[in-house]
Amino acid sequence: MAAPFASATPSHERIWQRFTRAQRLTRFAVYLAVVAAIVLAAQTVEIIPEFLADAPEQMADLVARMWPIDFAHYPDAIHAALMETIHIATLGTLLALVLALPVGVLAANSLVPSMAINVLAKLILVSSRSVNSLVWALLFVGIFGPGALAGTLAIAFRSIGFVGKLFGEALDEAQRGPIEALTAAGAPWMSRLTFGYWPQVRPAFWSIALFRWDINVRESAVLGLVGAGGIGMVLDSALNLFQWTRVAMVLLAIFVVVIAAEIVVTQVRRRVI
Amino acid sequence: MSTAPAIREDAFRRRAWPRVAAVALFVYVVYACAQLDVSWERVHAGLDNAARFFSRLFPPNFTRSDLLIKGLTESLEIAVLASTLGIGLALPIGLAAARNLMPAWISWPARFVIVAARSLHPVIVAIIFVKAVGFGALAGILALTVASIGFIGKLFTEAIEEISDKQVEAIRATGAPFPSVLAYGVLPQVFSRFIGFATYQLDSNLRNSTMVGIVGAGGIGGTLFAAFQRFDYDYVCAILISIIALIMIGELFATAIRAIFIENATFADLFRRGEAMRHVRHSEDD
Repeated sequence: MAAPFASATPSHERIWQRFTRAQRLTRFAVYLAVVAAIVLAAQTVEIIPEFLADAPEQMADLVARMWPIDFAHYPDAIHAALMETIHIATLGTLLALVLALPVGVLAANSLVPSMAINVLAKLILVSSRSVNSLVWALLFVGIFGPGALAGTLAIAFRSIGFVGKLFGEALDEAQRGPIEALTAAGAPWMSRLTFGYWPQVRPAFWSIALFRWDINVRESAVLGLVGAGGIGMVLDSALNLFQWTRVAMVLLAIFVVVIAAEIVVTQVRRRVI
Repeated sequence: MSTAPAIREDAFRRRAWPRVAAVALFVYVVYACAQLDVSWERVHAGLDNAARFFSRLFPPNFTRSDLLIKGLTESLEIAVLASTLGIGLALPIGLAAARNLMPAWISWPARFVIVAARSLHPVIVAIIFVKAVGFGALAGILALTVASIGFIGKLFTEAIEEISDKQVEAIRATGAPFPSVLAYGVLPQVFSRFIGFATYQLDSNLRNSTMVGIVGAGGIGGTLFAAFQRFDYDYVCAILISIIALIMIGELFATAIRAIFIENATFADLFRRGEAMRHVRHSEDD
């Protein structure tokens, strides 16, 4: 019964497909490009097979050299450097917040209805983000010489783009109701900002600040490798002198601080925001 | 009696604790600046330096372009291979760490692996791998693989833990074995978020692959650091411009892939609606 019915109306028979032909072709092209990129990279990358075969042995050797961890080194050199790292991360984050707030406001079209200023502010944010904090550190070491000042500025300049972008998005997503009410009441621009926008974006702002501080604690630990202060400098000198027990102590210290920072951020976020 | 107007709390009442916090913050800033030896004189001295420094950066010197291209290619290879390996390993680990699908004795070790992989900066992990496998691209690939496991593993676990149970239960109710539950109940729910993490991670690996060379783990970073230490600033400038260009091209590709897989865009759409592309949100993390 069913077969002749179906053959009688072949034009109404439809094959349901989730994507159009163009969509399927596009997806297929992406898959092909991904596979091609992986194969090409695997074929051309310079890997010395002897080194790879040797890796487990070298790893065991490394662990053996790192043991026992040189805890005695902590009070006389590592503690001060660790504190310096935390100061770099915190001061850098604070400076970034101060600098990113105005740029974030200028990037939000709802607050500054000028396309030219928005684009300029976004350009500042994008250039801040596309330069790695290590590169910022190299530049500031070139300008201010080695030390924590270069590290603080590197952290700050890398964070401006991140904080400004997220803060600008939060401003653009704020509800229009309270702001329109203030505008209708004749409130000046500054009052609209402080009474209309700020209460709405405050939780987002603090959570962005905490998030960035957490990232900056991790990042400031490596800045010393290029001479920008903090625990990275202790790590660098221990590495250059092959003092592996000290390297182990530094790595342990960084690990503990990073985990502690994450716990602090989680707790503060849960209680305050 | 009840006609008396209720006394409303002033929504904008000035509270004491923000001021206390502001004072405490100010005291901290002064203390930390003193600790770090950050002073106005140093900043002022640096500003004179900055003029000299920037005059030496420009014009950028692209004459040694063969070395530059070799370094950039190696960075790109490191990023592609590390993302492939990292995503490949992060998927099973992330799945194992999801508490709604796995028993505690599997999820806790998997979570530990993810936390450990995330805790150290990729450049520090690269130092360890340079010791283990020697100088070169392999150390960079392994270091960024570890970073990818940490990041993708964490987000993938969270994505799986947030899925709706209904579809999983429906598939289970048909008597499907566990792999089928995964394939038809879990993966379709997390696929679009997964594309987001994966393209983001590729982007992030590309950024870091240009940096791991500073500790000898391959890529353009080694050339950059060497040029910097030789005060070869015009070449440094050329390298930096190339790195930024590479990263921006990578970001464009990542945005295009997200549009194709999440918004079902076609190539024609990508060229047509440049405006719509800007609305594709992507999360930002380091």
